Amino acid sequence: MSALAEPAAPPHGDTGERPLPPVTPLAMTSLALIVAGGIYLSAHIPKHVPLTPAIVLLAASALLLVTNLLLLYRVSGFPWGRFFDVAKWALLGYTIIAGMIEYAFLRNHLKGGALVVLTLSLVVFAVHVPVLIGFTVARFYKPETELAPSAA
Amino acid sequence: MHDIAVDASLKGTHPPAPPAPAAARDDFEIVPRAGLPLVAIVLGLLIAGIAVNELWPLTFLHVVGGAGWTIVDLFLGFVLGPILGHLSIPARIEFTKKLMPKMVLLMPTLVTVTLAAGWQLGVHMGTVDSSFALHGWIVASFIVVGVMAVIALGLLEPANIAVLFELKKPQPNPAVIEKLMKRFIYTAGATGLMQIATLVIMTKLASS
Repeated sequence: MSALAEPAAPPHGDTGERPLPPVTPLAMTSLALIVAGGIYLSAHIPKHVPLTPAIVLLAASALLLVTNLLLLYRVSGFPWGRFFDVAKWALLGYTIIAGMIEYAFLRNHLKGGALVVLTLSLVVFAVHVPVLIGFTVARFYKPETELAPSAA
Repeated sequence: MHDIAVDASLKGTHPPAPPAPAAARDDFEIVPRAGLPLVAIVLGLLIAGIAVNELWPLTFLHVVGGAGWTIVDLFLGFVLGPILGHLSIPARIEFTKKLMPKMVLLMPTLVTVTLAAGWQLGVHMGTVDSSFALHGWIVASFIVVGVMAVIALGLLEPANIAVLFELKKPQPNPAVIEKLMKRFIYTAGATGLMQIATLVIMTKLASS
């Protein structure tokens, strides 16, 4: 069994971050768009309202999610292993939360276009939050500061 | 808002200080597994509450969840935050290791219960109906909760998880911990301020 090498201490006062795309602001904007769409729809219940504004907000939010993923994909040497380690569990957690919200929609007999828009909004939410959590953890990941097998 | 004192030793302009003590890295769970059954029970109660759609269980879940959420935000932002800022680095790390794993389970559960039960309660009582006399106040509460949700999901929760991963490292970087904890406490303070707006709205609705 190999001993574990003690990694070097990080340089003091330095977070060791390298320039990365603006994933957090984009994700927050995406979430804000979804929230705005949800508020727009729920503020008019039970009246029938045009779905177009909510669809536009959802589309913009989804576009930001795709943009975020593309920007991350282009980062060379991004620690995807660490990203997925975290994001998969966050995805599980937020899928459960989104499922609870969807259950409340169905329990209240929401149907038609509004249900489709809100369900797709929940999908974007349940994917984008784990992406953000995975990114925030992975950005501080440095293999040299983790426990590594000793050469001895 | 409170101030998080940054030790001189943590700033890059000062002579290097020792990294976070190795003792700080004893084992802890990022997601406390012992708490998962409790979360499952609470979510089960929420599903049952929504299914039965009765006034008392929905009010109970909404009020208890909302009170917990408000208290935690205010206490973190305005009481614990300033105290944390004045602790030594090892004490801060030790405290963070004890507090943050609990927050990973506590906050999403409280928020989910409060919002889901609150929505169902609004449907049950007819207060989410746009014909309700104080509908403007209801929409205001949606907006306040929406802003809090974006802050919590976009900044607070990722910082919470990331600081725990940093503390799991053999040599945690104090600068990273400082940065993430600052973000966590500041956002908790911001949502704490918004909780005051929630209290104003909810007491107005309850007394009308």
